[in-house]
Amino acid sequence: MSSALKEMTRSEPVTFDLTAEPLRNLSIALHALIPQTNQTSWQILNPRGQHALAVGVTVPVTIQIDGHVGYYCAGMNDGAVITIEGNAGPGVAENMMSGIVHVKGDASQAAGATAHGGLLIIDGNASARCGISMKGIDIVVKGSVGHMSAFMAQSGNLVILGDTGEALGDSLYEARIFCAGTPASLGADCEEKPMTPNDKVILVDLLQRAGAQAEADDFKLYGSARTLYHFHVDNAGAY
Amino acid sequence: MNDSSGPHIPRTPPRKSATFDEYSIAEIQRAAATGIYDIRGGGTKRKLPHFDDLLFLGASVSRYPLEGYRERCGTDVVLGTRFASKPIRLKIPVTIAGMSFGALSGQAKEALGRGATLAGTSTTTGDGGMTPEERGHSHTLIYQYLPSRYGMNLTDLRKADAIEVVIGQGAKPGGGGMLLGQKISPRVAQMRNLPEGIDQRSACRHPDWTGPDDLEIKILELRELTNWEKPIYIKVGASRPYYDTALAVKAGADVVVLDGMQGGTAATQEVFIEHVGLPILAAIRPAVKALQDLGLHRKVQLIVSGGIRSGADVAKALALGADAVAIGTAALIAIGDNAPEWESEYQKLGTTAGSYDDWHEGRDPAGITTQDPVLAARLDPVKAGRRLANYLSVLTLEAQAIARACGKSHLHNLEPEDLVALTIEAAAMAQIPLAGTDWYPGKTGI
Repeated sequence: MSSALKEMTRSEPVTFDLTAEPLRNLSIALHALIPQTNQTSWQILNPRGQHALAVGVTVPVTIQIDGHVGYYCAGMNDGAVITIEGNAGPGVAENMMSGIVHVKGDASQAAGATAHGGLLIIDGNASARCGISMKGIDIVVKGSVGHMSAFMAQSGNLVILGDTGEALGDSLYEARIFCAGTPASLGADCEEKPMTPNDKVILVDLLQRAGAQAEADDFKLYGSARTLYHFHVDNAGAY
Repeated sequence: MNDSSGPHIPRTPPRKSATFDEYSIAEIQRAAATGIYDIRGGGTKRKLPHFDDLLFLGASVSRYPLEGYRERCGTDVVLGTRFASKPIRLKIPVTIAGMSFGALSGQAKEALGRGATLAGTSTTTGDGGMTPEERGHSHTLIYQYLPSRYGMNLTDLRKADAIEVVIGQGAKPGGGGMLLGQKISPRVAQMRNLPEGIDQRSACRHPDWTGPDDLEIKILELRELTNWEKPIYIKVGASRPYYDTALAVKAGADVVVLDGMQGGTAATQEVFIEHVGLPILAAIRPAVKALQDLGLHRKVQLIVSGGIRSGADVAKALALGADAVAIGTAALIAIGDNAPEWESEYQKLGTTAGSYDDWHEGRDPAGITTQDPVLAARLDPVKAGRRLANYLSVLTLEAQAIARACGKSHLHNLEPEDLVALTIEAAAMAQIPLAGTDWYPGKTGI
């Protein structure tokens, strides 16, 4: 059997050691995968805080990263299930289109920034600007989030089991923010909303998918007051 | 004094203040009536030191010219040779600047793509993402990576020929944007993931990086996402061109795009357009100096923009050290913006052909800066694209005519020594000797 055929038929996880091979080779290997690939399970060893790991994967494979990662891990992910067995640097899962990214530790700033879809689960805390400009992603943070989280968030759901820093949801559009803890303050145009049955269904589903131990009834919903949707001189102080 | 008290006392005519001129008075009155600043499109309208303040010397006894219609004068340019495995190869050094679908109609974007493709050059997306029509009609398409990331997705990123990370633009360095609700049509709203009809705000800072050290990592991510194939441009508004260029290079740019304050915008505050940033004339030499100091002039390419109108402007920008120029406002004019045929409608809008700048209101009679389907249908993308291609051809021919007269076999062989300045201001800003002297302000070592 040729080595190429062996590659095609393997079923055990593909192990990629970043102390032995450079990031470039990892990206090439992941981007070469076709949707029907048999290489559906990947394990990345020794990430050692490297940046831009497992970015731009467009096939539904599972990738486990054994350690801490730097900036933009799983950036623009489109379909992969990526688990980070450690902490993540800024911009984890930034601009994700679909798939799941699960950070077992804490996440730095701008987690899930501008992402259009998929689910980002952070078992620990997330730093400032979590979910900034989010465009459809669902984010579940089991700890707390930093200031300006969900700044200019357009759509999607941000679930926070802990507390938040200042200016939660500043300049919010149509994203929903569910928070079980206490926001240090709400940002411009962000207000508490009544939780409809539909909102609760969304929340319960996300808690279940994220494996979060929390009761939906403990959460409050925050959304846009929509006063900044049309520029008006009376709102100039809020801009 | 009262000069109307006697029959034989001469009257002085009414005298208008130079400080409180007609425009200033009207603006104070408008501000007092509305309580809100004026928003408009376009670039600065004030008189600035510009390429008009430079002249070419032409050939003489010491230099001989090339035969105007027989000897070759090359115009091609390659952009992105530093790191990208697939650099951009253009036939002419005049590119089309980033303008969004949203700010412009779909027909206008298609016309820009068609015209650029006919002329052998690139066009650029804007805030709001890439439309299939634009990709389809643009042989070479640069995809802007903006703070808002409206419409940003991996599929389009990989379809692009190059990526332009936008940090600022000449009309508003340091500013974000706002697209008023009239232009947030269902399609624009869907592309930007926003409620229809709202006033859309665009951030001025990128959401997931701050500063040049982060930018370097962001560029690494963009390269990994696109297999190190695509050139990465970094676009900055002209404000601190030496340091901005040096930092862009440090962050890993293949190409630096430098936009002067004459560069247009879809909409921002008049006070911002007129009072923030540098004229492009003052920005080119410091940017070139930064590249030279790093040993990367012509290795990291420099595209300059802001007020390019003629082949003379193109030639002067290249002589000052740029590798290419970009046009925005001139391209819109070429496809029909501010055309006299719509004069009666401009007058209904309280303006006149040549002055129309309320691009944000979406009522453009020419069908260019609008999302109104009736108005947009007025623009024939095929004919408009042809007009743009004609104009690009003229820019190129004019620049070639000047270059040949200076004895250059390629536009890139033009050099500062081919130029003189007509004013002391231009001499200082462009570091070009005042005509008839070998001096410019600040020159040392004479």
